[in-house]
Amino acid sequence: MAEPARSDEPLLKTPLHAEHVACGARMVPFAGYDMPVQYPAGILTEHNWTREHAGLFDVSHMGQAALGGPDHETTARALEALIPADIVNLKPGQQRYSQLLDENGGILDDLMVTRPTTDEEEGYIYLVVNASMKEADYAHIQARLPHGVTLVRGEDRALLALQGPAAEGVLTRLGSNAASLSFMMSGWFEIAGLRCHVSRSGYTGEDGFEISVKADDAAALWRALLADPEVKPIGLGARDSLRLEAGLCLYGHDIDTTTSPIEAGLIWSIQKRRREEGGFPGAERIQREIKDGAARVRVGIKPEGRAPAREGSVITTPDGREVGIVTSGGFGPTVNGPVAMGYVSKDVSAVGTDLHLIVRGKPLPAKVAAMPFAPHRYKR
Amino acid sequence: MTTRYTKDHEYIRIEGDAGIVGISDYAQGQLGDVVFVELPSVGKTLSKGDEAAVVESVKAASEVYAPVSGEVVEVNSELEASPGTVNEDPAGRGWFMKIRLTNESELDGLMTEEQYGEFVKSIS
Repeated sequence: MAEPARSDEPLLKTPLHAEHVACGARMVPFAGYDMPVQYPAGILTEHNWTREHAGLFDVSHMGQAALGGPDHETTARALEALIPADIVNLKPGQQRYSQLLDENGGILDDLMVTRPTTDEEEGYIYLVVNASMKEADYAHIQARLPHGVTLVRGEDRALLALQGPAAEGVLTRLGSNAASLSFMMSGWFEIAGLRCHVSRSGYTGEDGFEISVKADDAAALWRALLADPEVKPIGLGARDSLRLEAGLCLYGHDIDTTTSPIEAGLIWSIQKRRREEGGFPGAERIQREIKDGAARVRVGIKPEGRAPAREGSVITTPDGREVGIVTSGGFGPTVNGPVAMGYVSKDVSAVGTDLHLIVRGKPLPAKVAAMPFAPHRYKR
Repeated sequence: MTTRYTKDHEYIRIEGDAGIVGISDYAQGQLGDVVFVELPSVGKTLSKGDEAAVVESVKAASEVYAPVSGEVVEVNSELEASPGTVNEDPAGRGWFMKIRLTNESELDGLMTEEQYGEFVKSIS
């Protein structure tokens, strides 16, 4: 068996590093951080626990930042010059998923954008970007902000995700009324007596919350959440299998600068006003792809046997014509079988189309499948 | 009963002129939950070091190499339906294949139980 490569690069630690070690986590390098890939329960158990109860994830490696300007509209317009979502019309507390785009409409990163709720936060917009991209993102944003709008890095904050059907009950038992939020809404709440910025969102397809807290309070919050018998810690391994079953993109794999939001099937994240008005990088290409369709699109793929097809597997038609590539693939514990996603030519992208995936040199029969593989259970 | 190990964490347990091949307990622990095993066909001839099987965890696929040269005379087809057996009982019910050795002297190049134990300590 082949050993995984080891890197000697010094790794960063999140404010919860010692908690992971205390929980018996197996730590691995991820995006420059020493992160838990799994706890002693193992990935299958952690995955299923999250779907059935509540899983607690440390996602403090992600980039938390804020844009600040004189008023919401000024800050929102500055951000709209970089992303295709409608930010001007965000209601206080509302959150949107979007993408930082390059001049060709390729995706530099994907991110969550939130308009805060309080008067003191007027003119601010909160961002959460991918860990591996945060330095590049911040430089990109900084260089393009108009006078009067500034980027503030939230280095002093941790980010926890509590995901699964039991999540809302857990927060209620800890004295919070965050359960009053609906999906993709946010606000400030006390959880176990700690002041937290909470949004009802996540990366698993389950109902759940992402909780931003001061780094100094992170361990206390982690312990308070884990004290609930419905909560177990979940590592990056299960985070990946959960998001894959939910049909959610992983930056650097399913989306990157070679893919546009339309090819990636993310048109739902571009609101009507922006589709019509444009005014974001790569608008010409994206508006053309909205009108005419993209030549290739991201689809779900269900291999017919038990063998998983991994990232990089070539996709062909049953008669051997190469039509695409798998960008994420593995075993879906909830589906209890292999699942994948990838890009294919438009002519073979309809659900039910027969394909072959080339795994270890052999063609594996598969079908284009509807996503998500496991139904989303958001509280709208 | 003689068991020998490779640096790649396969074991071979000698029974007469054949050996039962699987992966060590250390290896299954490192892999995590096994969700798929691809076995060779019976009758296949393998040279020492050839890719003999594939074992997949939730996270990744890993190759299992032939610890010795020989012919595959039996495979554990139970693993197709319950791959998790590799985690539960790697040295027993979680075996992969039985190989009839063509060159018994190849066993001399492999590690004993004790040497393998030391090896695992040195890398973990």
